[in-house]
Amino acid sequence: MKFEYAPAPESASIVDIKSSYGLFIDGEFVDGRGTAFKTVNPATEETLAEISEATADDVDAAVRAARRAYEDVWSAMPGRERAKYLYRIARIMAERSREFAVLETIDNGKPIRESRDVDLPLVSQWFFYYAGWADKLEHSGFGSTPLGVAGQVIPWNFPLMMLAWKIAPALAAGNTVVLKPAETTPLTALLFAEVCQQAELPPGVVNIVTGAGATGQALIEHPDVDKVAFTGSTAVGKQIARSLAGTKKRLTLELGGKGANIVFDDAPLDEAVEGIVTGVFFNQGQVCCAGSRLLVQESILDAVMERLKDRMSTLRLGDPLDKNTDIGAINSARQLARITDLASAGDAEGAERWSPSCALPESGFWYAPTVFTGVTQAHRIAQEEIFGPVLSVLTFRTPAEAVEKANNTPYGLSAGVWTDKGSRILAMTSQLRAGVVWANTFNKFDPASPFGGYQESGYGREGGRHGLGAYLKEVR
Amino acid sequence: MDRVDVRKTYKLFIGGAFPRSESGRTYEALDSSGDFLANVCKASRKDARDAVVAARKAFPGWAARTPYNKGQILYRVAEVLEGRRDQLVTEVSAAEGLSAAEAHAIVDAAVDRWVWYAGWPDKLDAVLGNANPVSGPYFNLSTPEPTGVVAIAAPQDSSLLGLTSVIAPAIAAGNTVVVVTSYDRPLPAVTLAEVLATSDIPGGVVNILTGDIGEIGPWLATHLDVNALDLTGVVDASAATAMTADASGNLKRVLAPGRDDWAADPGTARMTALLEIKTVWHPIGV
Repeated sequence: MKFEYAPAPESASIVDIKSSYGLFIDGEFVDGRGTAFKTVNPATEETLAEISEATADDVDAAVRAARRAYEDVWSAMPGRERAKYLYRIARIMAERSREFAVLETIDNGKPIRESRDVDLPLVSQWFFYYAGWADKLEHSGFGSTPLGVAGQVIPWNFPLMMLAWKIAPALAAGNTVVLKPAETTPLTALLFAEVCQQAELPPGVVNIVTGAGATGQALIEHPDVDKVAFTGSTAVGKQIARSLAGTKKRLTLELGGKGANIVFDDAPLDEAVEGIVTGVFFNQGQVCCAGSRLLVQESILDAVMERLKDRMSTLRLGDPLDKNTDIGAINSARQLARITDLASAGDAEGAERWSPSCALPESGFWYAPTVFTGVTQAHRIAQEEIFGPVLSVLTFRTPAEAVEKANNTPYGLSAGVWTDKGSRILAMTSQLRAGVVWANTFNKFDPASPFGGYQESGYGREGGRHGLGAYLKEVR
Repeated sequence: MDRVDVRKTYKLFIGGAFPRSESGRTYEALDSSGDFLANVCKASRKDARDAVVAARKAFPGWAARTPYNKGQILYRVAEVLEGRRDQLVTEVSAAEGLSAAEAHAIVDAAVDRWVWYAGWPDKLDAVLGNANPVSGPYFNLSTPEPTGVVAIAAPQDSSLLGLTSVIAPAIAAGNTVVVVTSYDRPLPAVTLAEVLATSDIPGGVVNILTGDIGEIGPWLATHLDVNALDLTGVVDASAATAMTADASGNLKRVLAPGRDDWAADPGTARMTALLEIKTVWHPIGV
């Protein structure tokens, strides 16, 4: 039986996108001195707005504003008062969550179901959680002395959520920030600037500078920045670590991954298949902690693949604003090219590709959910982060082999284990070299739960008590 | 006629064995007045790589030992070190130009430091971990785990207490280490290696190289099987910056160079810098 779906589009009328946006410095929007660039809707390729590019001088102005706010206002303010600003922001984000969700979907391409049900609830909760820490820092285990001005550079895959992960703990700890959103997804960060105004956050506590790599570089290399926090690719993370060598700046990096999702023969298969789909197709697979390598115990490979293909055949790809959409648009032409290139390497190296029959819209950036079988550990699609809706399937026979294969990457961000046996879960989760391990679930996030990687997936944690440590002076 | 004393050959400590440098090189260790003490091995980059291999091989086994067992082994180091106090007082005194009383105080502090760290392995989870109250039906636990293989530039000045103070936290946290000793004051480190070799520390958990960090350090900084780099004993600021930059190649965790007050309470910072926080989720249901 085939179910037909009527279109169920979320109305875009709730958002008011301006034709152009400036930078948010010292509580006001100002024009950038660089060359303005366009942000497009990746589902349609329509230009949404012109965005100011911050030059090194603009970044300097933002850092100066942040420094003034730090010295004069924010670091001197009692924690209980800082907390109330953060609670205000949390509440406003909840009040305006639909507007933000729609804007996020338009600018990023992710399905409204995800921006509405995952991103925005977590954003509000993140501010609410860290608001409560602002007047309890002495109980954190990291002292209560902030670092100063934080320069934060965030990616395009969860634009607003990454903003919340960065700004909420920084402000709670008493720092002020200059944040650079990704050049393809600046709109929700700029709308967040309005939220700061509504909350009457003191000017300069949050500054938002838009631009591409040069703007980010000017920010992290600014001599008056005390703390750098970056989420993005491992390649850029390494460049940042290199460029900060010899400085006193504190650095946290949340980078790429090649997460292994391990399915044992006693796993509840229907749940595991849901977990595999969530693991790699959530947000079109543009997730650093995606379960992009499926390790299946050999004896159940056929059963898992049959169910997985059945399930993938029901995924609905298309208009991200449609409430029934599972797979939205890839964020940019550049990212689509990267996914296409790496998947082609899978073909070339001899892996077997399968996708459900899936019509792709004519305009916009799209990639059908794809699974490769017959993948070996040496294949590029088993080693390199694809950052797209592409799953590489490998097999194993024994738990030891599963651990060996799972750990066989330079990354170490996430892993998943599916089995009905409790003792095996605990043995596996203790041997997997990854910062986040989901057992019988996948891609769950919470502000109370630390997140971050081992090895080349970066260092430092975001979320929870540990996430505060990244923004407080005392090291212990 | 006085008895002719039997001198010790000071060698490297790699994988639980005491090889000479594969390079065949030695240099003269002098006392604080410039008099000859011994020829010591001048470790090469190949020795450093061999030591990394030994440390990597030892890592899974050491990390998997129970906290109680790790604690007992660290305590055993203190016990064996206690019996070698006289020898170490002589060596520290000669190396650092201290009076016997001053050297005694340093050796005692080094023994006590091993005792202090011996108590840590079975407390790190309680102090640094969390059960996290996530807003959903999930069990969620964060625990510290060792970073892996750590390359350490031991302090140049403090030949035993400083050395102990950089090795003990790293292995108490479950890491395995490759240590390059003080160049001018290497002898107490070799004696410490002999203590470690007889203290139930598994071979390869601690590897000790006498030699020049300026020569070996850059190879360790770029080594892709080293997970963290402790630059405490790198005195040349530009060399330290270069090694920090090179460490970015595989995103090693880097401890900045600097002189600590080795007599002070060490705190937990040297362990936390070499620990990763792992968070495990599991659904709650019937």
